[in-house]
Amino acid sequence: MPGKKVDKAAATKQKGKILDIGAVVLRPGNSVENKTGGWRALRPVWNKEKCTQCMICWMYCPDMAIPQKDGKRLETDFDFCKGCGICKSECVFGAITMEKEKK
Amino acid sequence: MQASSHSGVSNNTTENLRRLGFVETHIPERISDFVNDGEFDCEMIYLESEHSAISAALGASATGVRSYTATASQGLALMHEILHVVSGMRLPVVMNVTNRALSAPINIWNDHQDSMSARDTGWIQLYVESAQEALDTTIMAFMIAEDHKVMLPVMVCLDGFTLSHVYEPVDIPDQKSVDQFLPKFVPLFKLDTKRPITMGPIGYPDSFMDFKKQQQDAFAESLQIIKNVNSDFKSKFGRSYGDGLVEPYMLDDAKFVFVGLGTICGTARVVIDKMRKEGKKVGMMKLKSFRPFPEDALIAALKKADAVAVFDRAVSFGQKGPVFSEIESAFCDQARKPVIHSFIAGLGGRDVTLDHIEDAFNKIIKEKQASVEWLL
Repeated sequence: MPGKKVDKAAATKQKGKILDIGAVVLRPGNSVENKTGGWRALRPVWNKEKCTQCMICWMYCPDMAIPQKDGKRLETDFDFCKGCGICKSECVFGAITMEKEKK
Repeated sequence: MQASSHSGVSNNTTENLRRLGFVETHIPERISDFVNDGEFDCEMIYLESEHSAISAALGASATGVRSYTATASQGLALMHEILHVVSGMRLPVVMNVTNRALSAPINIWNDHQDSMSARDTGWIQLYVESAQEALDTTIMAFMIAEDHKVMLPVMVCLDGFTLSHVYEPVDIPDQKSVDQFLPKFVPLFKLDTKRPITMGPIGYPDSFMDFKKQQQDAFAESLQIIKNVNSDFKSKFGRSYGDGLVEPYMLDDAKFVFVGLGTICGTARVVIDKMRKEGKKVGMMKLKSFRPFPEDALIAALKKADAVAVFDRAVSFGQKGPVFSEIESAFCDQARKPVIHSFIAGLGGRDVTLDHIEDAFNKIIKEKQASVEWLL
């Protein structure tokens, strides 16, 4: 990315790491360590008053960034939400709006 | 025994082999026969395109079985994007490429444009001169590809028509000897539901380049492995092809040297025999391994020559013959180097005759300036 600062410490760490041949990932379930929330330009804002807990947004979220407990959705997990806006598009009750992410 | 040049693929280990044949008619037909007759323990998968065939070979290899396919020309071109994926995932797939021209104009005859266009896909490329060499090299290719220091896919390139559609007697080694030579495939990693792993993930800018470097390092390792496999093959079966990378012919005192790939070398041998009888110091350096490129071996073999005639059956448009460019580049920092002439020959099945090669020798004996000539 042009103008992106290179994290030298992280780059050095990567260099010293032994990478498995062919980019094989031997440890399953490690994608939770790769937090993708930093990609977000727009943030979904959940209006609890309008929400009917139909769970459509939970079903459609491609990143499983909407956690649920006992059949009810909870606040978006912003460590993983990329701000794609699918939840907003799918919500028939207008309970989700997209706002510009504040940096 | 009469056999097509591809029958050797039947002689393999008895583990579950998956062989994928699609285009090169004689190869999958023979394999089909072997499977049908119960002589060959393998699962043959029929696909709807070469893109699918190489993808299935990739998938099969990822599950830890030995995997093979064959193609040519447009089929190889259609495989192109997956060729990079197979090598990037370090899957030791072996494939016969029966070299043929690429359209347009439409042409079904032999040249090397198809595999030369796949030069940078990360596959080892071995070129063969005879049906026997095609068979032997296909067996050796599995040994090379599956070596844990290598783990790269291998193309065994044989000239379309000249080898693929001409029948000649071939010694097919027996199953037991091949099994002893080529042990059961031991994958480095495999897809297994009992021990889940991920293959083919994203490589971010912080790691992608490191994986590419690993591939390049594996090519460097493969130079020695190819030589070892060639000499092991010799001790087991009594046949070998130079050092596995290059094969000299009448080279020791040769001042004028022919360099080529594939069947054209057979023609050159006849010319060399004739010219030697006339007292001319001519010889040949057959290039068997194009990738990895055996630069050191070539320099050592050609540095005493006065002139070299490089025959390319392909062209890098806007540049020169691909083999010629490599040889020229290999010598760029050498103090003593021969005059290197380029000949573009035999595109789209045009015959390369004894006269062509003799004329080329006479030209490089006479002319002191490097030249580029199309044998139209």
